[in-house]
Amino acid sequence: MNVVVCIKQVPETTQVKIDPITKNLIREGVKSIINPYDLYAIEEGVRIVEQHGGKVTVVTMGPPQAEAALREAISLGADEAILVSDRAFAGADTLATSYTLAMAIKKIKDYDLIICGKQAIDGDTAQVGPGIAAHLDIPQITYVRKIEALEEKSITAQRTTEEGYEVLQSPLPCLLTVVKEINNPRIPSLKGKMKAKNAAILTWKAADIEAESDRLGIAGSPTEVWKIYTPPARSKGQIYDGDPEGAVNAIVAVLKEHLI
Amino acid sequence: MGISVNQDKCTGCGLCEKACPFGAITIVNKKAVIDLDKCTLCSSCVEACRKFEAIQIIRETTRTPDMEKYKGVWVFGEQKHGKVQPVVYELLGKARELADKLQVEVGCVLIGANVKEEAQTVIHRGADVVYVADNPKLENFLDEPYARILTNLIRKHRPEILLVPATTIGRSVVSRVAVQLRVGLTADCTQLDIEPQQKFLLQTRPAFGGNIMATVLSQYHRPQLATVRHKVLPESPIDTSRTGQIIENDYDKSFFISRTKVLKVAEELVSAVNISEANVIVAGGRGLGSGENFAILKELADALGGTVGATRVAVDNGWIPYAHQIGQTGKTVCPNVYFACGISGQIQHLVGMQSSKIIIAINKDSSAPIFEVANYGIVGDLFEIVPLLTKKFKESLQRS
Repeated sequence: MNVVVCIKQVPETTQVKIDPITKNLIREGVKSIINPYDLYAIEEGVRIVEQHGGKVTVVTMGPPQAEAALREAISLGADEAILVSDRAFAGADTLATSYTLAMAIKKIKDYDLIICGKQAIDGDTAQVGPGIAAHLDIPQITYVRKIEALEEKSITAQRTTEEGYEVLQSPLPCLLTVVKEINNPRIPSLKGKMKAKNAAILTWKAADIEAESDRLGIAGSPTEVWKIYTPPARSKGQIYDGDPEGAVNAIVAVLKEHLI
Repeated sequence: MGISVNQDKCTGCGLCEKACPFGAITIVNKKAVIDLDKCTLCSSCVEACRKFEAIQIIRETTRTPDMEKYKGVWVFGEQKHGKVQPVVYELLGKARELADKLQVEVGCVLIGANVKEEAQTVIHRGADVVYVADNPKLENFLDEPYARILTNLIRKHRPEILLVPATTIGRSVVSRVAVQLRVGLTADCTQLDIEPQQKFLLQTRPAFGGNIMATVLSQYHRPQLATVRHKVLPESPIDTSRTGQIIENDYDKSFFISRTKVLKVAEELVSAVNISEANVIVAGGRGLGSGENFAILKELADALGGTVGATRVAVDNGWIPYAHQIGQTGKTVCPNVYFACGISGQIQHLVGMQSSKIIIAINKDSSAPIFEVANYGIVGDLFEIVPLLTKKFKESLQRS
């Protein structure tokens, strides 16, 4: 069972804050991390390979420093890592990103499953996973919370819905996007860390994945950012300290009009 | 293609350096220098440099042929068990407004089994034309046939805009459609408008966990696709005097082919109300202390016709199922009223609920960050205050 896991290096969003005076992004000390949802994707891939044999190949599209995310993925049990990196990829929206990753996966060629996190915490789009499946013309199961059965030619998995879940069955190869419920990712072992340190990371450029240049990066991206602004801050509200009964009465009175 | 700094216009003021989310800009000898290995062409610096206009991003992109022939604003009429979901009414209201600005028609696409009856409902909610694909094979949502039918309808009728609910179904299906059509797709919009001169769809969405708003547009491709968040737009009113056209196409059986099969559909919510749809959410965190204690929250939620939410800690402790989790790794919600009970207000939770219309925080610790975003806060013991709220609300609702 050969598994490809797509990951993204993201800024630790929780630390991206706006300077209240200059309205600029404060980025000092913002760490780059593996997108948290992708950790579940890596773990699931590693567990599958532990059970069924094969290998986990982790792929990321990003700048050269995204190599750190790939090494971390190896420390977590991935076997091979590919950095898809080229200046031609800069400015890619989800259409160009999913195309680029799909072309890289085509070059990997021998895969049964592709696993992605359900979305990245910096963009929150949830579009790249299904986009890759569409480019490769393979089936997809999104928001997977459990793999019920994995056989040589098919997979049965639970897909999370707003109301609960559905059980879906699909032939392989298939693309999954996974939610956090699916597993508890392990922490890297000492052996894993050693392996990560010495691992050879392949780097593929645009020419290596035989991509059409007008479908990459900013040229291949129909969407563009027109304006960025800071949302108006919520003004500080009314705080009641002491006299719970009085506080409750006041709130009930205010809310009545909003609820009825 | 790429980004460039005009050396004559750049004053070395450093605004771009501060605005860059990726640390790609440094000021060297009073001029901005961009590290292309770090730059993602996000255009934050272009925005920061509006005053001097020294930074330029040059785009060369392909175009949709016959772009001007694309007319109309469409809504994907997501349905479950043959019933159109309320979020669709929110999108129809916005679609009507956009279509009136553009002087075009509103279309609604209904895909499913026994959905024909709903065509009239969406007409009453603002649609002019309803495209119906009704077949028993479409009973359950499946990515492939749904995407195939939607793509086919778009190619045939050429709408300029398609709005899709940002739900699990909506996001999955339209991501495939965008790739099949090779057009742009903006996720999770909270504001939509038409640019008055060139008639683009301005798609505004939160980025970086809601700390920044980004307005995105697609200049050269049609249709412009956007998924739209629940509960940020008002539902369109019902007008039973409205009339419209219903177009039902016959589809060849090849349209229904799906490699993925549905084996089972299960519902498992503690309360009947879907958390993303709820008008009132009573949420609990670490301060609840146990799963049993969520009963107190449920009583308040029931009294107000709402539902129960939770933080990641509460879910990780096994106090309540993941379907109730709100925040960065859970759901994003926007109810009219949000009660945060025993929730400290870590940023990962705030990003999932801070766009709620009214936030009420109850916490023992007066310095808890949740009070920073709350419209009303009560410092005190939730085990005393929540039952009191339930009691008072019940009394008050009985009286009225």
